[in-house]
Amino acid sequence: MNIWLVMLLGGLITFGMRFSLIYLFGRFQIPETMRKALHYVPPAVLSAIIFPELFLREGTLNLSFDNARLLAGLVAILVAWFSKNTLVTIIAGMVALFLLQFFL
Amino acid sequence: MKNFWAGIRAEIPLLIGVFPFGLIYGALALSAGLSTSTAQMMSSIVFAGSEQFITAQLVYESAPGFVIVLTIAVVNLRHMLYSASLAPYLAALPTRWKGLLSYLLTDEAYAPTIIHYEKEGITSYAHWYLFGAGFSLWFNWQISTALGIFLGTAIPESWSLDFALPLTFIAMVVPVLKDRPAIAAALAAGVVALIAFSLPYKLGLILAALVGITVGTVLEGRKSTRETLPPKDVL
Repeated sequence: MNIWLVMLLGGLITFGMRFSLIYLFGRFQIPETMRKALHYVPPAVLSAIIFPELFLREGTLNLSFDNARLLAGLVAILVAWFSKNTLVTIIAGMVALFLLQFFL
Repeated sequence: MKNFWAGIRAEIPLLIGVFPFGLIYGALALSAGLSTSTAQMMSSIVFAGSEQFITAQLVYESAPGFVIVLTIAVVNLRHMLYSASLAPYLAALPTRWKGLLSYLLTDEAYAPTIIHYEKEGITSYAHWYLFGAGFSLWFNWQISTALGIFLGTAIPESWSLDFALPLTFIAMVVPVLKDRPAIAAALAAGVVALIAFSLPYKLGLILAALVGITVGTVLEGRKSTRETLPPKDVL
C-alpha cells in the first residue's frame, strides 16, 4: 500500500474515532468491557513493539551481553521507572547504547 | 475570545513538554525512512503523537500498509473515550464545530479541557477553550516537526537514532505499569511478539497486542468480582 494512502486512512480513522461519540452523543455508549479493554491498549501495543527491538537481533533471540540494545533498554526501563520522565529516559538510553557499543 | 486565550494559557506547559517530541518525531521519521513531505504531512493529517511514532517504527520495519492502518486503529481506540467524555459538553454545537474540535482532540488538548468543563460547566463560548488548547498544540506540533525534520537531515546514521523510537515507547509504557493486570498485559504481549515475530506481514504485532489486551481485561475482571463486596466500615 502506498504510504500516502496509509497516511490518509490513518488520518481518517483517527478523526473518525475522535468524532464518533461527539457526533453520536446520546445514541451510543461504550460497553463496560470495551472501556476496560481500552485501558490495556497502551501497555500491550507498546510492549509488542519494544520486546522484539530489544531481544531479537537479525530475527533471532539474543540474551547475551553483546546485545547492546537489550542492555541499554534495561537501563532505560530503570530510568523510566524512577524518573517518570520521557526525555530523561530517552537520553539515558541513547547514552547507554552509545557507551555499550563503544566498549563491547 | 476570553475562553480562547484561557485555553491557550492552560496549554502552555503542555506545549513546552510536547515541543521536544515534535523535534524527535521529525528527526526519527526521516531515519525510519519516511520522506520529508510524508513526515510533515503525517503531523498535519494524522496529528497524533504516539500513532505517528508507531507508524514511523512500522515503516522502518517495512510492515505492509494494512498492518500499519490496523495498528493505528487499535492504538487510537482511546480517543473514543475522550470523544465520549466531551460529547455531552459539545452536544449543542453545530456539526462543523464538532468536526473541527474532533480533529484537534488529542490527549494534551483533552486533559485541560475536561478539567475546565468540569469546573465551569457549559457556558456559551466554552468550546473556544478547547479550540484554543487544540489549535495552539496543533501549531506547536507542525513547527516542532518541521524543525525536527530539518535537524534530522543533519544527524549521521552512526548515532543509532533509530533506537530512540523503542526508548520513547519504553518511556511511555513504564509509567502505565501500575497494577498487576497492566504488567501482565505488557509481558504477555511482549512474549507473544517474540514468538510470533516471524509471522508474515508483521501480523505478530497485532496478535501480540490482542493477547495482551485480553490478558489484562480478563485479570482485571477477576479482580473486580473479588472486590465488589464493599468494605464493612463503609456500610
